[in-house]
Amino acid sequence: MSFAIADGPATTLSPGSSSTQRRLAISAQGLSRTFDANDAVRGLDLAIAPGEIYGFLGPNGAGKSTTVRMLCTLLAPTSGTAHVAGHDIVADAQKVRLRIGAALQDISLDPRQTGTELLRLQGRFYGLKHSVIDERMRALTSLVDIGDALDRRIETYSGGMRRRLDLAAALVHEPEVLFLDEPTTGLDPASRARVWDEVRTLNERLGMTILLTTQYLEEADALAHRIGIINAGQLVAEGTPEELKRQVGRDIVIAEIPGDVTAARDALSNIPGIDSIDAEHHVLRIATADGATTIGPVAIALDTAGIDFDGLSLRSTTLDDVFLELTGSRIQTDTTNAHASTSTSTSTSTSTSTSTSTSTSTSTETR
Amino acid sequence: MTATTTPGPLGQTLAAPSGFIRDTLAVAGRALRAVSRDLEVVIPPVFIAIFFFVVNIATLERLTEGAAAGFDYTAFQMPTAILLGVTGVSRAPAVVLDVQNKYMDRMLLTPVRRTSILIGHMLADVAVAAALTLPILALGFILGVRFEAGVYGVVAFVAIAACWSLAFAGFGYAIALKTGNPAAVNSSFMLFFPFLFLTTSYVPRDQLTGWLDTVAGLNPVTYILEGLRSLTLDGWQWGELAKTMLAIGLVGALSMSMSLAALRGRVNQN
Repeated sequence: MSFAIADGPATTLSPGSSSTQRRLAISAQGLSRTFDANDAVRGLDLAIAPGEIYGFLGPNGAGKSTTVRMLCTLLAPTSGTAHVAGHDIVADAQKVRLRIGAALQDISLDPRQTGTELLRLQGRFYGLKHSVIDERMRALTSLVDIGDALDRRIETYSGGMRRRLDLAAALVHEPEVLFLDEPTTGLDPASRARVWDEVRTLNERLGMTILLTTQYLEEADALAHRIGIINAGQLVAEGTPEELKRQVGRDIVIAEIPGDVTAARDALSNIPGIDSIDAEHHVLRIATADGATTIGPVAIALDTAGIDFDGLSLRSTTLDDVFLELTGSRIQTDTTNAHASTSTSTSTSTSTSTSTSTSTSTSTETR
Repeated sequence: MTATTTPGPLGQTLAAPSGFIRDTLAVAGRALRAVSRDLEVVIPPVFIAIFFFVVNIATLERLTEGAAAGFDYTAFQMPTAILLGVTGVSRAPAVVLDVQNKYMDRMLLTPVRRTSILIGHMLADVAVAAALTLPILALGFILGVRFEAGVYGVVAFVAIAACWSLAFAGFGYAIALKTGNPAAVNSSFMLFFPFLFLTTSYVPRDQLTGWLDTVAGLNPVTYILEGLRSLTLDGWQWGELAKTMLAIGLVGALSMSMSLAALRGRVNQN
């Protein structure tokens, strides 16, 4: 993997060189972690520039949290090396800790302290003076946004309040690099939107580098400048959301086939412009560069072959399509949570009279 | 894979290395704040100590004082009550909670010195143990106990009790950090029984015979009790006090080695 930095003349740097490690916010070379016989992370290479929001996308158990725990110095790699903010995560762990903040997947709070006590103590651990802690407390109060509850014990907080306080604790010292491990899991839509806004603000105003792990496709799509897709401990793809989607094709035509999907796929095999066809249960996913042009010939081909179909719909490629293409499986998420916030995708749906498609921006009847 | 982005300079964090003392005091401060919210942890040991102090005097005083003229059994019993009160009092269960609710991870993510996490809790334990001796001492004074070693003897008495509490607490921290299991930490209380009852808790050493006398001779608590008693009954007996400090030092060296090893195991990133 190489990494092109557009800083003046575009320069392509290898993440393995020492000069690059100093310039990158996060770099990893062959980073691996094994638990007994289980390879949680295998040969991970990363090159994340300062000021970048990098989305680490993958299903549960893919190795996202293990990677974050290694980069945060909580866990030693079994092999490979990594640098965060220019420092080796093993040899210079203490220097790394001074420069990073992290909100881990499991909220890491002491329920017996008040929110104020916890944040102040956090400031002391980072060597902040009292006056600086006071200043940071004022700044973080608006982020935590839990009003007078900040002076109540944390054990009385709701899950959302705890999640926001955990994020505030990670920001007390204004870290150079922020790790957010599934930061919106369990949050209600309003809280989720607030965290998204805060992530964008931290990145835009302070230039904070943010590594964000998520299993929510929309979250990665909406926030990340670049996305790394991890599956079974390996990075299987990396790029901007648009680059990744282009790997699959610009549009997806969905055909709902009540009968034999294999016969349906065969019927479509000679249509020009189709990049790939995936069959899943009674659904065909047809990837194409131009869905509007392709959907008509698909309908005709199925009709000509005498294959019944319940619906034909057209939508844009999502990261889920990318993940499916790369790994052969879908990211399993809590759909309630995953769809709880404002969708950022724009899709066009062309459906048949019995279509059950839910991707609706524009809908056109074809029968 | 190739990606192009426009990097900015790495921001400047506000964080700066703190010192060992500041880290330790920060941890100790947190631990002491928590004590006021966990009074159920410190009140029962004092209650038990006072209860046995009163009951033992009531049941055994006449027997012992009848056997040896001029023997002050209340002064003899007060060190036993003090050790009952302070032995096993520690914030080790709170450390288990920190492991369980992941707050330990939050601390380990910071540059706080790892040894400060342990020493800070122990520093708080010393303060708590010293405070716990006060109501028992007050009761002793009310019951007529006087210190032959004077006011400084009282200070030394409290300091020895707090040091013993710290030395014993090391076992609790070792178990807490090794297992992260509250039940295991509570079971460390079992160590308390041989330490505190196979010794001169109720009668002077010269009244012990057979195997109990042999075991008491090997039990470091015997020498701690004798040192404490010397302050009340005999004045400054430097030989007794030296044996007391040696006994505390040996137990402390063992328990601290175990707790530091457990801390290393907890934070060694494996």
